[in-house]
Amino acid sequence: MPLDFNMTVLVVDDFLTMRRILKNILKQVGYSKLHEAEDGAQALDILKSGDPKIDLVIADWNMPKMTGIELLKAIRADAELKDLPVIMVTAEAQKSRVLEAVQAGVSNYIVKPFTAETVKTKLEQVFK
Amino acid sequence: MDAKLVNPFIKATLTVLETMAFIKANPKKPFIKKNTIATGDISSIIGLSGETKGTISVSFESKCILSIVSNMFGEEIKELNEEVMDAAGEIANMISGQARQELEAAGKVLYAAIPTVISGKSHTISHMTSAPIMAVPFNTEFGEFTIEVCFED
Repeated sequence: MPLDFNMTVLVVDDFLTMRRILKNILKQVGYSKLHEAEDGAQALDILKSGDPKIDLVIADWNMPKMTGIELLKAIRADAELKDLPVIMVTAEAQKSRVLEAVQAGVSNYIVKPFTAETVKTKLEQVFK
Repeated sequence: MDAKLVNPFIKATLTVLETMAFIKANPKKPFIKKNTIATGDISSIIGLSGETKGTISVSFESKCILSIVSNMFGEEIKELNEEVMDAAGEIANMISGQARQELEAAGKVLYAAIPTVISGKSHTISHMTSAPIMAVPFNTEFGEFTIEVCFED
């Protein structure tokens, strides 16, 4: 299935640098409906409000207030949100971390640093 | 400090700058740094703990970090503002993550704290321990930066 560029994407990272880089890459790939949150708690508020309705979450792991893995677990535990695709982007590449994310139901995992091509490939793997 | 601990940080630095900023950096000869005065105008420091305790820092000349961040953002950034400070922290974060991945593969598991970023001429970099500080200068076509690695053993 080709990527659906009509999707609304929520980029979650406490570093504005990474939000900016990810949004640039997503625009380059073809997405235009992009929103951002500074931590998991803010992201969860947006997701639960349904305004805007988010179709894909791309989240960092290490964040204050609510981490990416806590956000992922909260999404999978919510009846309304549980099927939402969640991609984690993190500098933490240790096997134990990847395993924890997989067990929590992550849709895909991107290790920093990454290229635009890597992000596109990971998106295609999620929506294949 | 085991000098071999520095190599994963050198490799990670090259990978991060090449992948995220399309900049090729060239490492120069490492040396033991005797003072705490930063070599650059903006520095990012991360504390590491686990099987050993230590600190890594990356200190950039202004023109060097401005070129790196301009490339990362795809637009020209002209002054050392909050965005550049944020980016310097994220660069150190990525270097630490990459290097720790290699160290873990070699059996040394380390955990990283959140980076601290400092700017200003001749600011000081305080490492977590009193162990010797291994410094590695790098040059790029846009100026210089230095990484410092300091571990208890």
